[in-house]
Amino acid sequence: MTPAAWPCPLPGGTVEEYALAFDSGRPSRLLIVPALFDEANRMRRFTVEVMRRLDLAGIDSFLPDLPGCNESLQPLEQQTPQSWRAAMEDAATHFAATHVLAVRGGALVAPDELPGWHYAPVKGANILRQQIRGRIVASREAGATETQEHLMATALATGIELAGHRLSAEFVGQLQELIPAARLEVILQETIGGGGLWLRAEPDEDRAQADALAAIVAVGIRS
Amino acid sequence: MHSTDQLLRRILTDVLGLKAGQADGFTAETGLFGHLPELDSMAVAGLLTEMEDRLDIVIEDDEIDGELLESFGSLLAFAEGKRAES
Repeated sequence: MTPAAWPCPLPGGTVEEYALAFDSGRPSRLLIVPALFDEANRMRRFTVEVMRRLDLAGIDSFLPDLPGCNESLQPLEQQTPQSWRAAMEDAATHFAATHVLAVRGGALVAPDELPGWHYAPVKGANILRQQIRGRIVASREAGATETQEHLMATALATGIELAGHRLSAEFVGQLQELIPAARLEVILQETIGGGGLWLRAEPDEDRAQADALAAIVAVGIRS
Repeated sequence: MHSTDQLLRRILTDVLGLKAGQADGFTAETGLFGHLPELDSMAVAGLLTEMEDRLDIVIEDDEIDGELLESFGSLLAFAEGKRAES
């Protein structure tokens, strides 16, 4: 596993973004679109564990950063789901991906043209609602009362900071409308077994779940 | 159909990463929020959303307060009340 850089064209010009890569020049090449926001942290180790298994199964895989997230130097508030999708399409081209695996909210910004899977996809509106709820819970602890309606109206007018993520009004407006494309095969958590690791209060790992997801993807790519 | 009690123990098992059977030991007095440092605001939001999905209830944001999450007993009573409404 090595860090790889890829050129990511953004509205302001092309910048360099990082990806974790298992690249041995093999014919099967999987682009993984990460989960979004706090779920990205909780799912990262699991995602990399799946990549290690795919490597042993003879499949190259690539986990790019979304611009504005992880190691990216770009400001998150200048990104939109649309620009994320364009970035993931460019990453797919750069790494010559043959398949895609989108994790959770990653399904909302996955490239359109590749065959592949959505693992436990989630609607944009549900992600927003939960992020806003997290903020309401935090505010209540601090003695302030905020409401879902008021925060959403503010978010759509001027942008909002949710759990440390500064999102533009445009970002929120786009995310709210996004649903996972029906084109890709959905892998439900029931198929993987156990509770989804994105639910965990603390990041965790689960070998059996990583085995199960890697097996589904590996068998699917080979067939 | 599983009881609210069983479903809630399963949800807490997933959120807190408990071992199988560990949540069976929860009593009404078992402390949650405030006793479990890993339950931060985002984790609480995730817990409530998961309760909505699996218990088929809707939780209003103004119903969320410290007391609701104080203990397993208070959360269970809330969830049972919600399910009876729907």
